[in-house]
Amino acid sequence: MSWLDANLGRIGDLALTHLWLSVLPVVLGLLVAVPVGWWAQRHPRLGGVLLGSGSILYTLPSLPLLTIIPVILGTSILDPLNVVVVLSLYAVALLLRTAADAFAQLPREVVDAADATGHSTWQRALRVELPLAGPVLLAGVRVVSVSTVSLVTVGALIGVSNLGSLFTEGFQRNYTFEIVTGLVAVVLLALLLDGLWVLLGRLLLPWARTERSAA
Amino acid sequence: MIEFRSVSKTFADGTTAVRDFSLVLPSRTTTVFVGSSGCGKTTLLRMVNRLVEPSSGQVLIDDVDVATRNPVELRRSIGYVMQHAGLLPHRRVVDNVAVPLRLAGVGRSEATSRALAALETVGLDPALARRYPRQLSGGQQQRVGVARGLVADPNILLMDEPFGAVDPIVRDDLQQELLRLQRELDKTIVFVTHDIDEAFLLGDQVVILRRGGEVAQVGTPAEILADPADDFVRTFVGLDKARRTLHVEERAGARIVVDGDGRPAGVLGPA
Ligand SMILES: Nc1ncnc2c1ncn2[C@@H]1O[C@H](COP(=O)(O)OP(=O)(O)O)[C@@H](O)[C@H]1O
Ligand SMILES: [Mg+2]
Repeated sequence: MSWLDANLGRIGDLALTHLWLSVLPVVLGLLVAVPVGWWAQRHPRLGGVLLGSGSILYTLPSLPLLTIIPVILGTSILDPLNVVVVLSLYAVALLLRTAADAFAQLPREVVDAADATGHSTWQRALRVELPLAGPVLLAGVRVVSVSTVSLVTVGALIGVSNLGSLFTEGFQRNYTFEIVTGLVAVVLLALLLDGLWVLLGRLLLPWARTERSAA
Repeated sequence: MIEFRSVSKTFADGTTAVRDFSLVLPSRTTTVFVGSSGCGKTTLLRMVNRLVEPSSGQVLIDDVDVATRNPVELRRSIGYVMQHAGLLPHRRVVDNVAVPLRLAGVGRSEATSRALAALETVGLDPALARRYPRQLSGGQQQRVGVARGLVADPNILLMDEPFGAVDPIVRDDLQQELLRLQRELDKTIVFVTHDIDEAFLLGDQVVILRRGGEVAQVGTPAEILADPADDFVRTFVGLDKARRTLHVEERAGARIVVDGDGRPAGVLGPA
C-alpha cells in the first residue's frame, strides 16, 4: 500500500495524460469519419471502396505502426503525437463504417420531409441528418472510446508515458501490484469516459429518450 | 395557376408512373386528384415542387416552368403536407411547424409565435407544442403537418393524403377544418386522396385518375355525378351502389330521402 500512497500523484498525472491521449483520437476520428461517411453513403460506388480501405486500415498491427509513423511524420519516437495519430487512424477506420451506416439508416420519409420543406443539401445534412444519426454515432463512439483507452497502453512499450507505463514498469520490476493498479486505473478511466459520452448524448440528443405517450 | 403540359414520368427502374398528363389547376381553388393506390397521384403532386422531375413535359406555375426555378427556393414557396405527416422526430412540435419560417430567414422568436398561431389555426392543443412528434397521436401529428404547410402563408398548398392515417371522426373534423380554412385563406390547393367522398367534399375540381396518371374524368363533383364519362368512373364514384342512387319517399307523413336499398338517408330540407 505504501507504494500506492507514494505514487498516487504520479498515477494521477499518468491518468490525465492517458485521458487526453484517448479523447483526442476519438474526437479527431469522429471529425473525419462523419463527413467522409456521409459522403460515402451518398456515393455508394466510390464510398464502398473507401469503407473497404477503412476496414483494412484497422487490421494493421499497432506496434509496427507506432514505429513507422515517426519516420513518416519526422517526429521523435517518444512523441505522444505518434500515439494520437495511430489511434486516430483506428478511430477513423472504425467510425467510418458506423457513420455511413448511421446516415444510411435514416428513415426515407424524414429525409424526404427535409427536402419538401426546402432544406438545402447543407441544411439537411447539418440540421436533420446529423442529429438523427446521433444515437448510432454515439453508440459507435462509445465502443471506439473504450478500445482507444485500452490501445493507448501500447504506447508505453515505445516509451510514451500513460497508465500503460505501470504495466511495463511492473513487469520490469516484477511487481504484480503495480500491474494490477494500472489495469484497474485503465478500466476506471474507460468507464469514466463512457459515462461522459452518455452524458453528452443526453444533453445533445434529448429527443432520443422520449417515450411514446398515449395521447 | 398550375399547369401540367404533357407530363410523363418514368422512374429509373423503368416504372412509368405518369403518361402524357395535361391539366390546368385554376388559382384559389381546390383541385383533388383521386384514384386508387399506385395510379400516380403522389408523383404528379411532387412534380409541382420538383421533388420529382418529369421525364418529359412541363409543369408551370403562373406560366413559369418550375424546371427553371431553384428547387430549394421553389419548395420554400409552396406548402407541402405529407402522407403520414412527415415530421422531424428530433424537433419539438412548435419547432417542426416553424421550420419553413426558419429556413426563410425569419427570426427565432417571431417564427415560434407564428408557429404557435398556426397550431391554434389547426385546432391543436397548445399544451402539446413542446412535445416531440412521437409523443403525439396520428391525428395530432397530421394537424401539425397541416400547420407546417400553412405557417409560411404559401399561395400553393400540396396535400398528399393528409387525412389518410387518422380515424374517421378525426378525419371528419380535419376535413371541416380545411373547408373553413380554404374559405378564409383562398389558396390554390392540390389535394390527393383515394377516397371519392373526400374528393367530392373538398374539391372544386375533381380529377379521377386511372393507372399511369391517365385522366378518367375531370369536372366538378356535380358534373361527374350527373354525367360520368364511362363505366370506370361510374363504378369509382359508386353510382352502381345503392347509397348514391337516392330518391324521395313519403313516410310517416314526411318527405324522406331514401337510398337504392330503401334505407333512409336524410330528409329534404328547405331549398
Ligand atoms: N421513386 C420511385 N421509383 C420507382 N417507382 C416509383 C417511385 N415512386 C413511385 N413509383 C411507382 O410509380 C407508380 C405511381 O406511384 P405513386 O405516384 O406513389 O402513386 P399513388 O400516390 O397514386 O399511390 C407506382 O407504381 C409506384 O410503385
Ligand atoms: Mg401516394
